[in-house]
Amino acid sequence: MPEDGAAVLPLRGEDLVFERGGRRLLDGIGIEIDGAGTLVLIGPNGAGKSLLVRVLAGLVAPTGGRVTWAGRAPDRRRAPRIGFVFQRPVLLRRSALANVEYALAVAAVSRAERAKRAQEALERANLAHLAHAPARVLSGGEQQLLSIARALVTGPQVLVLDEPTSNLDPAATAAIERLIGEVRAEGVRVVLISHDLGQVRRLADEVVFVHHGRILERTPRAAFLAQPTSAEAQAFMRGEIVL
Amino acid sequence: MQDFAGAFAEAFRLIAAFDASLAEIVALSLQVSLSATLCAALVGLPLGALIAIADFRGRSLLILLINALMGLPPVVVGLVVYLMLSNAGPMGGFGLLYSPAAMIIAQTVLVTPIVAALARQTLEDLRDEYDEQLRALGVGPLRAVPTLIWDGRFSLVTACLAGFGRAAAEVGAVIIVGGNIDHVTRVMTTAIALETSKGDLALALGLGFVLLTIAFLINAMVMGLRATAARSAYA
Repeated sequence: MPEDGAAVLPLRGEDLVFERGGRRLLDGIGIEIDGAGTLVLIGPNGAGKSLLVRVLAGLVAPTGGRVTWAGRAPDRRRAPRIGFVFQRPVLLRRSALANVEYALAVAAVSRAERAKRAQEALERANLAHLAHAPARVLSGGEQQLLSIARALVTGPQVLVLDEPTSNLDPAATAAIERLIGEVRAEGVRVVLISHDLGQVRRLADEVVFVHHGRILERTPRAAFLAQPTSAEAQAFMRGEIVL
Repeated sequence: MQDFAGAFAEAFRLIAAFDASLAEIVALSLQVSLSATLCAALVGLPLGALIAIADFRGRSLLILLINALMGLPPVVVGLVVYLMLSNAGPMGGFGLLYSPAAMIIAQTVLVTPIVAALARQTLEDLRDEYDEQLRALGVGPLRAVPTLIWDGRFSLVTACLAGFGRAAAEVGAVIIVGGNIDHVTRVMTTAIALETSKGDLALALGLGFVLLTIAFLINAMVMGLRATAARSAYA
């Protein structure tokens, strides 16, 4: 496991603004992610959820405001401590095992240790039998599981998942949710974007509702499901089209 | 018609008998074109990778220039290299004119833009696909280069084969800087031109068949590589 100097929590965004083409896609967002549990971001398409997590993960520079990881500006050395899983898995043109080993190589794990840890990560994701298969011939669910295994193998403090189960069947969704539940129980902070209210019920500890580049509310799951505080979230929960 | 048939028969006889003069010309052609392709790969692949990955002022102009140079007329390349290597030129002291080395230089100039442009396109497409994921893993630009080259290896080999095809088939540059000297700088394309002008169609046709076979093999290799890559989902 990385030393404390590689800590990224609390993950903080202060007055985050992102503008493109004259449009303000993030509008002065302030957010702090610390502790444990699963934070689920929901909101209509184009609300700014994916952009927000990319900015927090240091993948996109904000137009205004600042991001800090454990009080310091983001840096490449600590990037492996934020495991990022994209909606569409981006896998290298290599075997499943080599994909996971690559993440370990980037994190400067010794060659001798890489194979062992990569194999363990694949076993955890129930992919050990596919270790030597080309990653890109795996099914959609297996590719996403591999993507999560790769994100977890470097021992992240935070696991960010951007709609990881969209377009997946129930069995693949269940496998991914099981893995998310396990890492959450181990103390990894999970940040999940989802459109699936069932997934919110199953996984969330806290819910953040994002709309038009703003956070309208951040509420514990039970309270959110019972009665969201914002009118937009209430309409969203009623299944109305929120523009 | 009778002459044509006779020429074809004689051409096949030369190939089947592994005629010494024909073999010598084929060997020199392969030596020159393979060396030029290797040199072009050594320059073109890193150049293509650099342009694909780095953001710098004038990048678009450089891409435009390299793409335009893909269509370099061989005779112009031959002329420029001739001027460089001639006694009055800046590299005249090396005494390379009318040698296989001069032909390798000319073909390298011709092929490098092809390899660089195709490599740039391949690696840029791959970079666009991998960019966020690599950064999420903490991969910096320097480390990204070998990753992209390795993952794009099938396409990069195809780029090199395309360059070899161009080198093996061109005549304009090598005839100017090589001089088409028998047993010294005579390669397949220059020999075909010469023998045709002399009316010795048998040798010209024989060499033509060998050249066509090489072109066929190159294309077969490209197709095979693509099929292998697609089968393995490495494409």
